Amino acid sequence: MSNLKNTNAKSLFPNQVELDNMDGEIATLNLGPTHPATHGIFQNVLKVDGEKILSSEQTVGYIHRAFEKLAERRPYNQITPITDRLNYCSSPINNMGWHMTVEKLIGTELPKRVEYMRVIIMELARIADHLVCNSVIGVDTGALTGFTYVFQEREKIYELYEEVCGARLTTNVGRIGGFERDFSPEFHRKLKDFLRTFPKVFNEFDSLLSRNRIFMDRTIGAGPISGERALEYSFSGPNLRAAGVDYDVRVMNPYSSYEDFDFIIPVGTQGDTYDRFQVRQEEIRQSLRIIEQAYNNLPEGSYKGDVPDFYLPPKEDVYNNMEALIYHFKIVMGETDVPKGEVYHAVEGGNGELGYYLISDGGRSPYRLQFRRPCFIYYQAYPEMITGQNISDAVLTLSSLNVIAGELDA
Amino acid sequence: MGKIEDLKVINGEGYQLSTLEKVIASARANSMWPLPFATSCCGIEYMATMGSNYDLARFGMERMSFSPRQADLLIVAGTISKKLGPVLRQVYEQMAEPKWVLSVGACASSGGIFDTYSVLQGIDRVIPVDVYVPGCPPRPEQIIDGIMKIHDMARNEPLRRRYSDEYKALLNQYNIEGHE
Amino acid sequence: MSKQLTNEYVSELLTKEFGEAVLTVENPYGLLTVEISPSKIHEVISWLKSHTELAVSYLTNLGTVHYPESTGREIAVVYHLHSLVNNFRIRLKAFLPIENPEIKSIVDLYAGANWMERETYDFYGVQFIGHPNLVRILNEDSMDYFPMRKEYHLEDATREDKDDRFFGR
Repeated sequence: MSNLKNTNAKSLFPNQVELDNMDGEIATLNLGPTHPATHGIFQNVLKVDGEKILSSEQTVGYIHRAFEKLAERRPYNQITPITDRLNYCSSPINNMGWHMTVEKLIGTELPKRVEYMRVIIMELARIADHLVCNSVIGVDTGALTGFTYVFQEREKIYELYEEVCGARLTTNVGRIGGFERDFSPEFHRKLKDFLRTFPKVFNEFDSLLSRNRIFMDRTIGAGPISGERALEYSFSGPNLRAAGVDYDVRVMNPYSSYEDFDFIIPVGTQGDTYDRFQVRQEEIRQSLRIIEQAYNNLPEGSYKGDVPDFYLPPKEDVYNNMEALIYHFKIVMGETDVPKGEVYHAVEGGNGELGYYLISDGGRSPYRLQFRRPCFIYYQAYPEMITGQNISDAVLTLSSLNVIAGELDA
Repeated sequence: MGKIEDLKVINGEGYQLSTLEKVIASARANSMWPLPFATSCCGIEYMATMGSNYDLARFGMERMSFSPRQADLLIVAGTISKKLGPVLRQVYEQMAEPKWVLSVGACASSGGIFDTYSVLQGIDRVIPVDVYVPGCPPRPEQIIDGIMKIHDMARNEPLRRRYSDEYKALLNQYNIEGHE
Repeated sequence: MSKQLTNEYVSELLTKEFGEAVLTVENPYGLLTVEISPSKIHEVISWLKSHTELAVSYLTNLGTVHYPESTGREIAVVYHLHSLVNNFRIRLKAFLPIENPEIKSIVDLYAGANWMERETYDFYGVQFIGHPNLVRILNEDSMDYFPMRKEYHLEDATREDKDDRFFGR
C-alpha cells in the first residue's frame, strides 16, 4: 500500500492498467443498467481484454427518488415509510434507526422491553438481508438450489414481521417511542418455531456452498480489497469486516441495549467474495444467538415509552378522552413540537453503518435529514476491486457487496 | 402444462380440431416468458414470487428472459426515475410482438409516494401498460393476480390485434413504431 | 486501548494547533462539533488523520445544509469523522457563501469522499477544488439547478397529472 501517501487524483485507482501498454483487442462491455447480473439498476461500462477487466466506469442514480428532499416536507413519524425504502431487504433496521434518532433528539428513555423487542426484530431483519445476499451469490455461481431453499425460510421471517406490523417487506414497524402493540401469542409461537427449524435449514444451506469446490474456486480471490483501502473508502458493515477490520456499530456505539448480549464479530482476512460470504454466514449465526438471548431474557414491562407527543394514543381513549384526542390530532397533523438541535445516530444496518444526520429547527419536519447510506459509499470502490479480474468475478463481486439500489440512489 | 381452454375439441385418433387463433393464444398464455425489469423494493417481492413459496413456475413462467428480444411480458417492478425512463422505453422497443406490460407497485403505476423532481410519475407516460398492480409493494399474491390477468388477456387476444389500426394508434401515442 | 478521549481535550488540541481557524466549539448531544474556517478545513482533516494520538482516520459522512437566511454563510459543509482506534466521533463544519461555495476537496485524504462530494455538488452545487471528476452523480446531467437547495420545490414543476389541492399543499 505504498501509494496511499500519494496524493494526486490519479492515484485513486492504483490498480488501473495503462491501456496503451496492452496487447490485443480491447472491447467495451456495457454491464447494465438492466442486466440480469447487476441485481439492481446500475451501469458499469467495462473495458475488457478478453475476459480480463482493464477498467470500469460506473453510472448510478437510476432510481434516485429524492428521499432527503422528501424528508424535509414530512412530519417525523411520516418519515419512517421513507426509511423503509432505503435498504428494503432489512427495512426494520432502518425504521428503528430512525425512531432511535428521533428519540435521541427528544431525549427519551425507553423501557428495556422495547429495546429487547427491537433487537429481536432488527436481528431477524439482518438474517433476512444476509440470506438474500448470500443466496444470490450462490445463484451467480450457478447454484440456484440454495436460493429456492432459503427463500422458504425468509418467508417465515416475513410472516413474523406480519405478526408484528402487518407488512412483509416495507414494514414501517414500530413507532417513535416503542411498538404499536406487544408481540402477539402467534408471534411467540412462530418465533419459537423459527428458532427451532431455521438452524437446521441454514446449516444445510451452508453445507451446500461453504465447502463446495466449485463455489470456492469461483469466489476465493474474486474482488478482493485490503483493510486499508476499505477504510480509505469508508467501508462499513460485513464488507469491511471481511477485509479484516472489526468495526461494528453494535459494539462500538451500542444502541438499544446491544451491550447486554454476548456475540462475536466475525472478520475475514482477504476481503474477497468468499470472505464476505462467510462473514455474512457467521453473522446470521450470531444474529440467531442474539435473538435467543433477547427472547429468553425478554423483560417484563411496557411495549412503549412515555412519549405522548409522538406516540398515538389508543383508539378508545381518542373517542373518550379529550387529551388523547388532542394528541391524536396533533400527531396526525404533524404539529408536535420537537427541540432544536442536531443529532447523528448510527445503527448497524444490513450493509453497514446506517447513519441519520438530523437537523431540527423545531418545526414540524426536519430542517435537514441526511442518510449515511453504506451502499452508496462503498460501491465507489467497485472499479478498483474488479480491475484485473474476470467478468464473471465482477458479477460475483457485485452481488457479494450487496449493493441495494434503493439505498445507493436515495 | 395448462390445458387448452374454451376449446371445442373434437377428439379422435391422432387429431384435435380447434381454431389456430385459440391454439396460438393458449400457447402464448401458458408459456409466457417474463422480463423482470426490477429496480427496487417491488423487485424483492417479485423475487419472493419467483421463489419456492409462491413459485411462478407453476404458470409456465419458469424461464426468466433477461433478454428483451425473447421476452413476452415486461414486468416493471419498482420506481422508474426520469433518468431511467429512456432505458425502459428502449427495452420495450426491443421486445418483439406480441408483448405485454405489467406495472407492479405504486411507483411504477403512478410514482407512488415519490412525488418528487426525479421520479417518473407512472411508467404509462413512457410505454403502454396492460395491467397495473397496486401496492407498495404488492404482496406476491397480488403480483400473481396481475400475471393471471395478463394471461387472460393473452388467452383472449385475437391474432390480428397487433396489426390493427387501434393498436398502432396506441403505440403512436407513445411515438413507438409498431410492426409493419 | 488508549485512554478515552474527551471533547474538551480534543477541542483544546485543535484550538492550540489551529488557533484562529477554529471558530466555534459546541457539543450538541455529546458530539464534538467544531466550526472551522473553510480555507483550513483540508488542513484540519489532514492533521486529524495523521495525528498519532487522535487517529481520526475514518470519514463517516460528508453532507451539506442550506441556510438561506444567514447571509454570507448559507451553505454548511458538514464532515463526520470517526477515530476507530479511540472510538471518538467528531463533526466539522465549514460555512460558505452561496455565490461562491468553494472548498478544498478531501479526496486525496479519503478515497471514499469522492462520491460524497459529487453528491454534495449534485444537490447543493458546492464546488470542491481538486476533485478529480466533479460531475452530477444521482441526477441527470442535463439538470440545470441544485435540487436540495431550499428555494426549489420537491415536486417536479412540469408535472400536470397531479392536482396539488388533493395532496394537501
